[in-house]
Amino acid sequence: MTDAHAVTIETVSKSFGRGQSAVRVLDNVSVAIGRREFFTLLGPSGCGKTTLLRLIAGFETADGGTIRIEGADLTKAPPFHRPVNTVFQSYALFPHLTVEQNVGFALEEQGLPREEVRRRAGEALEMVRMQAFARRRPSELSGGQQQRVALARALAPRPKVLLLDEPLSALDLKLRKAMQIELKQLQAEAGITFVFVTHDQEEALTLSDRVAVMQGGRILQMGPPRSIYEAPTHRFVADFIGDINLIEAEALAGGGVRLAGGGVVPVPGATPGRVTLAIRPERARMVAPGAGVVDATLVHSAFLGTAMLHKLELPDGGSFLIREADLSAPMPERGGRVGLCLPAEALQVMQA
Amino acid sequence: MMQSAAVRQLVLLLPALGVIVLLIGVPLGLMGWVSLLEKSASAGVDWQASPGAGNYLRLVWEEDFDGRMILNPTYLVIFLRSVLQAAVTTLLCLVLGLPVALWMAGLTRTGRMVMLLLVTIPFWTNLLVRNYAWLIILREDGWTTAVLNRLWPFGPVQLLYNDAAVAIGLTYSFLPFMILPLYSVFEKFDWRLIEAALDLGATRRRALRRVVLPLALPGIVAGSLLVFIPCLGAFVTPALLGGGKTAMLGNVIQAQFGPARNWPFGAAVSIVLLAIMLAVMTAMALWRSRRAPR
Ligand SMILES: Nc1ncnc2c1ncn2[C@@H]1O[C@H](COP(=O)(O)OP(=O)(O)OP(=O)(O)O)[C@@H](O)[C@H]1O
Ligand SMILES: [Mg+2]
Repeated sequence: MTDAHAVTIETVSKSFGRGQSAVRVLDNVSVAIGRREFFTLLGPSGCGKTTLLRLIAGFETADGGTIRIEGADLTKAPPFHRPVNTVFQSYALFPHLTVEQNVGFALEEQGLPREEVRRRAGEALEMVRMQAFARRRPSELSGGQQQRVALARALAPRPKVLLLDEPLSALDLKLRKAMQIELKQLQAEAGITFVFVTHDQEEALTLSDRVAVMQGGRILQMGPPRSIYEAPTHRFVADFIGDINLIEAEALAGGGVRLAGGGVVPVPGATPGRVTLAIRPERARMVAPGAGVVDATLVHSAFLGTAMLHKLELPDGGSFLIREADLSAPMPERGGRVGLCLPAEALQVMQA
Repeated sequence: MMQSAAVRQLVLLLPALGVIVLLIGVPLGLMGWVSLLEKSASAGVDWQASPGAGNYLRLVWEEDFDGRMILNPTYLVIFLRSVLQAAVTTLLCLVLGLPVALWMAGLTRTGRMVMLLLVTIPFWTNLLVRNYAWLIILREDGWTTAVLNRLWPFGPVQLLYNDAAVAIGLTYSFLPFMILPLYSVFEKFDWRLIEAALDLGATRRRALRRVVLPLALPGIVAGSLLVFIPCLGAFVTPALLGGGKTAMLGNVIQAQFGPARNWPFGAAVSIVLLAIMLAVMTAMALWRSRRAPR
């Protein structure tokens, strides 16, 4: 049987607790993750990311649905029979073993000869540039170094799929950025499917081939970072990822959407009724009063280093952000009236 | 300043030091001294005798009728049996206590509380009562023997008055000393390490062997010492369940201080027992300091 996917999850559900106090943590989740894909699960705390990862790893069993890895149905297989390794959020390095023994653990379990174990553990350590620390114990390493060892340990047995549960969350910002780049390179080099969990939207967007945004045990939207960012289909997704302006509006029967302030934008395809318009701050522009869809008042401007951020007040009292990358653009007075130009192609209509 | 602090420390330590010297140092010294003397004609200690190693030599050799020294295996056998009995008991306690401690650590809070209580309840019961209870359980016309005789095809089973009975009694008495240190290790155990081991391809058994046992080693060593050392000197259990046929060191000492009224010889046996215990503990300490991380 050939399956083009590394991991296939079909209608998987999971509840914790029994009877009255049962909590449904995953609700009918289906995902297909391609080979060599960098796939990210993104969502707020408690949305079920870790649970989904643990189901793939085999630490939890699904209440229903199937989990296939490289085409094989492994829904009920124990963790040690799955071609999958995990980089734990807490690293979970073995404190009684040296770095080298930690990395060689899985290889020894495979029954490889001692020499082979040492050679391949060395290789894996080289990949994360930790050869120099082979003889140390985990307690003698910094957080970033432990993280690399955890990565090397999971990579050493050459798994088909690597699961990473917020592996960078314990690192400081600078180290995190550096590790992000390394992770991405490692993934490309090793040619392994990555299933990555994070609640950091920026991290998700920079690293991933595809992102699944989760909320309350469901996947709301799944796609390349760009489409998630530019074309969110849910208000939650739009709000969760980056800054976005949300405007209450009404879709008209004849096409077009009327803003609360009065202007009509020519966006096609919306079912008549109340909708929410979404637009990223960098896609909206200020024009002369009366020249835009609606007029607004400039409340505040801030210099961000590479751009200006303007805060406007709409006629209905709502606030609106504009990021202007062109620093030489004419800047209106604070408190002055400006027109708001919303390009139709940058507007996303969501049923409110 | 420095001096006064040092003086204060000494003053504060004095009561404890006094107690240690008075209640441990002096009796030990006395026992060591007595072990070098001879018993007097009136069955006391002959304090006028010149000290010598006679009692220690008597543990291994005895004078035959011609006045030659020949090997006397009696006490050597008892030594060997004591060490063996203590070792077997330690092993049994480990084999029984490890799964129990593991299981207890995985219970809910109340479950753990209840189990801790149940494990410690035997402590509250008198040692003699507990051993008499086993006497009743294992006795020849008891139901345990009856049931076993039905199941066992090779002749009648004798449960009481042998080494096995002593091992059973000792294991029962000392099991809590193994369970408690192990439990305290497992209570703090990071279970995610087991998940990591399973994730890396280890079966449950292999994870136990490669992760749980090495990390539980401090508890295993502590529990083993707590069982092995007092077992060596046990005398109630071998006396009751062994029926006097399977004497251990404790019984020899008790007999010398009691019916035989040979205090110097009893003191010598006690000192040897103490030496074995110290040797075992030193060996353990050395071994642990060797394999501790740098
Ligand atoms: N073993 C468990 N028993 C009961 N409830 C659990 C268990 N594990 C997780 N949960 C619950 O399931 C929900 C999802 O948990 P999960 O760990 O998957 O969240 P997450 O998305 O990884 O969050 P975070 O970003 O904080 O790590 C939470 O509400 C959590 O309380
Ligand atoms: Mg989590």
